[in-house]
Order: sequence, then structure tokens, then C-alpha cells
Amino acid sequence: MSTSDAVWSEEGTTPDRIEAALRTLLVERHAESGSFVPARVLNMIAFVDDEWSGEIANRLRGVGRYAASRLIVLSYDRKRERLDARASVASDGDPTPGQLALLRETVIVRLGERHLDDLPTIADPLVVTDLPTLLWSPHGHHEAIEALLGLAQATLIDSIDEPVWRDALDLASKLSERLYVVDLAWLRSTPWRERVAAAFDPPAMRPELDRLTGVTVRHHPDSTVAAMLLLGWLASRLGWKLDHAEIVSSDRREGVLGGTAHADGHDVKLELKADPSLSVPGLAGVSLHTASSLSLHLDRGPGGLHMRRIDRDGREREWTLLGASRGESGILGEGIRQALLRDQTYGPALAAAQEMLPDAQALVPGGARPA
Amino acid sequence: VAAQPGQPTAEPTPENPLTAGLERLPVAPTTLVIFGATGDLARRKLLPALYNLAHDGALPERFRLVGVSRKEKAHEDYRKECEEAIRQFSRRPPKDDVLTALLDEVKYVPGVFDDDSVYAELGKVLDSFDEDAGETLNRAFYLSTAPEFFPVIVGQLGRSNLARDEHAEVRVIIEKPFGTTLEEARELNREVLAIFEEQQVFRIDHYLGKETVQNLLALRFANGMFEPLWNRNYIDYVQITAAEDLGIGTRAGYYDHAGALRDLIQNHMLQLLCHVAMEPPVNFTAEEVRNEKVKVLDSITKPTAAAIPEMAVRAQYAAGHAGGEDVVGYLEENGVAPDSTTESYAALRLEVDNWRWAGVPFYIRTGKRLARKITEIAVTLKPVPHLAFSQDGSLGVQPNQLVLTVQPNEGVSLRLGAKIPGTRMIIRPVNMEFLYGTSFLSQSPEAYERLITDAMRGDATLFTRNDEVEAQWQVCDPIVGAWAQEPGPLPKYEAGSGGPAEADELLLEGHRWRAI
Repeated sequence: MSTSDAVWSEEGTTPDRIEAALRTLLVERHAESGSFVPARVLNMIAFVDDEWSGEIANRLRGVGRYAASRLIVLSYDRKRERLDARASVASDGDPTPGQLALLRETVIVRLGERHLDDLPTIADPLVVTDLPTLLWSPHGHHEAIEALLGLAQATLIDSIDEPVWRDALDLASKLSERLYVVDLAWLRSTPWRERVAAAFDPPAMRPELDRLTGVTVRHHPDSTVAAMLLLGWLASRLGWKLDHAEIVSSDRREGVLGGTAHADGHDVKLELKADPSLSVPGLAGVSLHTASSLSLHLDRGPGGLHMRRIDRDGREREWTLLGASRGESGILGEGIRQALLRDQTYGPALAAAQEMLPDAQALVPGGARPA
Repeated sequence: VAAQPGQPTAEPTPENPLTAGLERLPVAPTTLVIFGATGDLARRKLLPALYNLAHDGALPERFRLVGVSRKEKAHEDYRKECEEAIRQFSRRPPKDDVLTALLDEVKYVPGVFDDDSVYAELGKVLDSFDEDAGETLNRAFYLSTAPEFFPVIVGQLGRSNLARDEHAEVRVIIEKPFGTTLEEARELNREVLAIFEEQQVFRIDHYLGKETVQNLLALRFANGMFEPLWNRNYIDYVQITAAEDLGIGTRAGYYDHAGALRDLIQNHMLQLLCHVAMEPPVNFTAEEVRNEKVKVLDSITKPTAAAIPEMAVRAQYAAGHAGGEDVVGYLEENGVAPDSTTESYAALRLEVDNWRWAGVPFYIRTGKRLARKITEIAVTLKPVPHLAFSQDGSLGVQPNQLVLTVQPNEGVSLRLGAKIPGTRMIIRPVNMEFLYGTSFLSQSPEAYERLITDAMRGDATLFTRNDEVEAQWQVCDPIVGAWAQEPGPLPKYEAGSGGPAEADELLLEGHRWRAI
């Protein structure tokens, strides 16, 4: 929560004037108190539709301490002819003796279609040199992303936003060839990946990974791609070869995809089931079955994920894997933080997920189309 | 034939391919037993750390908690106490559902630590957890008690057959102080190692869990620019300061028996010295890192009785002013004997007698009721050999100084000479500053979060090994002994000041203490 803002705005401005205003604001804040120091972590360029810029601002406010140190919002209104800008330098709190008060900068530039060809020359002067830059275009606008790619080292996407699965995975794949991709659909699966990895980490459990015979992923009806990425992760880590999935049920809310993975010497039955009871994007549950008649069922629950394990003697045990729900704002914040890290397992998981895309042209669960 | 999940296998364990790329590596299912479960450390640090680990999903897949303490109370009452402590001291407001899930099955075992029945009851609780889980959970015994109970508890764990388990790892985490003399430390090591193997023992020095201290190693060994200068050819002297602005508060009972040397120098500050002076380890495994630290400690010239007055200074604070208030002197503090000779300030000049550091003094000082709270390491480089500039009208060209601030504002500052704007070539010192807080999005976890996780994982890198703790005592023990022989009164320094004038006598020619 910002408690201290310094603001500048100008209509009909230029990038040079915006950058000069930012410098002036910083000098003024520092003159107020030596405890004010600018955060220097990450530039973030967000290209957003002007009519949704308020909603995006709200989402970004929710990320708390994971906010980029300099946020540049390019707010797009097709008909706009003039470049208007508002810059603010805000601290999280008032300076206190002996403690730093970090300053974060936000620049909102309103622009129109006539500026699209010059996007890099608008954004480039506004990023802090030598800091990594994260690019985010939550409303599509792939042409804008394309134009700004040269300024960024990472891009934030959410593969579940694309209505067509193949498009979502192809876009992520193409972007991955040019810069680091942080995919919120992938980050939604992080606790699940951690817990599945932990479940098979005890030495006596590790051989069970080679005996997996079936995996079911339950997901929000609009989050099929997140489920595919989770299966892609398992396939890439365990060396499975995936067949194209088949659409078992194309119900709008309760669709099912079925598939097969070829492991070393045996097949693994895969299933992705839409779960209409899940009210938030992401995964609802994961079940894993092994040839030893062991099965693990992970589901959302209060205070963390709920684990149910059925041993081969039929005995059932249940417990909670402690962890707080991050919520959508927490996942977005995590996405920003991940721009400064490098997860080498996403690419192989993405490639494996592409392998399992269904061939069919028919309607598929969630109202999405495979191709 | 497939092994039963949870049972050991005869064949080598295959790698877990699913852990690649994960920021949080799995921690084996564990029951944590806190001895001294109702004490201050448990309430202020351990329980909040456990909550925050739970919040972050960083606890083991299966985690159970048992509190052991003298006071008689029901499980439910102890859970309520845990909840209150977490709500009061957690670094983030707890979420009710996570807190409830964490505390839901916490157990409490009452009793005195030398009572056999406590351990019999504890064993039953641990067995019941294992039965519920269908596997033997690892066990971590955290000794958060007064130090006189360490050997008692360790001995009882051994006698009760709780110190080993063929199906699980058993670890013991021992809080500081690890002895109050070299002989006590050796005796405690003997008693602990009679029951546990060294790799089962995790001696806490919570400074090592601080991100800032770990960053020292990153600064030295991840940046090529420092290493060429990091030796006797370029470094003139090193100063390590841990100053506190507060007095002893309500800790007289502990502090008046310990003093500044035992409280901070013997453990935390010698660890900081090790981080500054150690050679690059081959890798960052526990053994390699600790081997290098022990080499540094072994290289420190051991104080002789004759040398101690020349290389060690102690003092007590007198009445003065702190934070705009009048404050009493050390001897007037509640609980302190009026003729106490316990030092509230200690300063040492140490020599690390090895190829890299021979001839470079390491000045260490710590004290209560000093001008402000700061922990820092200042590395002063030798002056340039020749000055081409006139020094008329300038503050003079001063040696470069690299200051690593551990707290409160963690950062690195480099003092450089720069030209004052104008027509003449006049130089004055300026600072080039880097503040960690400006450059990372994440909040640093509390030291205990890292240390508890590492102990449950069996990673001892940030814990003190038996030979390390004894080597630390070998540096301090002669001084402790010499000071015990000297009658009072001790030199005084005004509360709120930079320390006693006597500390200046430790400095070699041309050296000076940095202002606190």
C-alpha cells in the first residue's frame, strides 16, 4: 500500500520528457529524505487495453512486494492521437530513522494506433538501463509484443488465456525461442509439482515412478492447458513419449481428454478432466496410480493440498500438505519474481504438452478448440 | 518384488527426476520435537518459523510437532499457546486455515528433562505418529532449553533408544551456548557424540542462517573483482563490529554470567571472521565449507597470558544517554551484581597467521549501549603508493574501504577518492553504495526458517561442527580465563557512545575504529 506518492503528468508529451520527469521526481524524493532510495530490480512493460487499464492496475496492486521496481504501462486506445503520460514515484511507507524507504516508479503512457510502429522508441527511454525487463500483454496484442520483444529478456504469458490450446502452446513455444517465458499456467502447477515430487522422494517411493500406470489431472474447465503442462512435466522428467490425446467427452463444462504415455516397457494412461466445481483457474486435483496398486490423490483443501494415499494392502491414509493458497494476485506476483530466475524444466514440459495436443478439429472441453 | 513404500530397499536409491527445477526441494517426512517448548525462543522464533514454512509449503510432506516442557498442560492448551505465539511473532499475519492445519495434531509431553517417564511417553507419541503415517518419520529433537539440560536430554534420548532408528534419520539440534569454556565445550561434545554421530548433530549459530551472512560468501566467491585484492598484499586491516544500542534489558540472569566475549565474539563474530578470511571451498557442501572455516580458526594466533592485555579490551557501560533518554550504567541494571566484572563491551585484535593474511590485523568489537545498532565488516585497503595530487585544501586521499553491512541496512559500500567539482584537483572520499533491499523482490526468510529446514533435510553447511566450536573456544578461552583472574572494576564507557577509549590501544599505527 503506497503511503507516499509524488506525481507528474503531461498531455501531448514525449518519452524524453517523461524520463526527465522521473529523474526529477526521484531527486525530489531523495531530497525530502535520504532514506528514500529507488528500488532497482526489474522493469516491467505492460501493454494493456485502455478500457481495462484500471482492472490491470488493480491486479498489479495485489502483487505487493513483488511489484516491479519500474512499471511502464502502455495503455492502448486505438483512436488516440496524442501521447499523454502520468508518472508517479511511491514508497511503501514513510521513512523512519535507520530504515530504508524503497521507491517504486510507475509510468502510464496513453497511446493510439498511430504510435504502434514506434513502440520501441516510446518504451526504450523509459526502462532503467541494465535491469532486466519483463514484458506483459494481458489482452493479446501480439503485434505489440512482437515490436517490444527486443527490449525484454522475459515475457509473462498465461497460456490458459488463449482460447485455442494449440495456439496457446505454439505461442509459448515460439516466444521461448526468443526470450525467457514465464507462464502463469505453469506457475499454477508449482505446488502440485512440488508435492508430487515430494511424494516420490523417499527412497522407497522412488522406484514407484517407474511403475506409474495412470495419471489423472482435474482442472478448471478453462485451464486445460495448465493440466497439459503438468502432464508434459511428468512426461519430460520421466522420459515418456506421448501420443496425441483423444477427446473422450466434449461437454462444455465437464469435458474429458484421454491419452497414453509410453514409458520404458509399459504404457501410462492419462486423463484430463474438467471440474466445474472449481471456481478459480488452475488445477483441482491429481491422481497417480502405480503397478504396485499404490494410488495417490491430491486435491485442494483447507490449509493446503489434501493427500489421500491408498497402499497396495488397501489401507487408506489422509493428511494435509500444508501451504497457503496464493490466489490469483499471488500467482501474478510469483510470475514477476520468476522473471529474475530461470526454470529449465518449463521448455521440455511445453514440448511434451505439444505432443499430446489432440488432432481433432471438433469442439473440445471448455469451449476451446485444439487447432 | 516391489519394496513396500516407506520400507528401505537393498538396491541403490535411484535419483528423483521430479526435483529438477524446483525452488523448494522435498524434505523427508519428519516429526520435530521441541524441548523447552514453552520457552521464549520457541515462542518468539521457532513456532513462528514453523508457521511461515507451513505457509510457504516448505515443511515436509508429512510433518508432526511435539512440545516437551516442564509445565503440566493438556495438548489443547499447548496448541492455544502455539497459536498465540504465532499470531504475536510471525513475520506475516497467519492464515487461519493453514494455522489450524499446522496445529491440529500438535502433541504436548509434560515433565522434567531427567525423568525417564517423559521419554517413555515421548516414544509412544512418536510411535503413534509413525503408525498413523504407515512409515517411520524422521525425527528431529530441538534442544531449546537452558544449556545445563543439553547433556541430560541427550543422555535420556540415548537411554530411551530414541537417538537411532534403522528406518529413519534421527537428528539433534542444539542451541547456543555450546559450553561456556573450552573444557565445557569439549565435555559437551563428548557427551553428545557418545550418543549421536557427528552427522546427526546440528549446533545452531543463528547468525549463519541470516541471508546477509550467506551473502558474504556470494560476494567473495561469485565476483571476480574482489579475490585478487583479498590478501595481505592489498588489505591493511579488517574491522568487524557488532554494536547494539540497547542495554541488557531483562537478560541480566544470562548476560551477567556470559558477557560480550562469550555472547557474541566466541560464536557469531568468529564466524563472520571465518567468512571473510576463508579460502574458497571446493564446493558448498557442509564438510568442505566447514573444513575451510576450521582452517581459519586454527590459523588464528592463540592468545598467551602475556599478550592478552595488548590484544583484548573489556569494559562496562556507565550511565549515559540512549535514544534521547537517560539510561543507567551496567552495574545499576536490575539483576546485575554491583561488583560485577562481566564485560558489556569487548574488543580484540586477532592475527590469522597464514599465507593469505599474515600481518593483517583483524579487529573485532562488540558491545551493548553503544551509539547505534549496527553489524558490519570493514575491509581497509592499503593506501596508494604515490600521490600525484596536492592535498592542499582537501580531506586527503584516504585508503579505499569496503564495508559489508550485515544489519540493519544490508549492503556493500566502497569508499573511493573523487575530485571535488571545481578548477582545482582536490580529492575527497565518496561512497559507492549497493543496498540489497533495493535489488530483490523477495522478503528474506527468518534465519530459523532456513536452519530448521536445513536440519530436517540433513544439510549441516550452516551449522557448527564439533571441531569448529572447539577451535572457536581455543581462541576465546585464554581470554575468558585471564579476565576471570583480574579484579574489577572494569574500564567504563558512556552509554550511547562509541565505546571505551581503551579500545584505541589495540589499534596498530595508522589504523582507527570506524565511527559507530
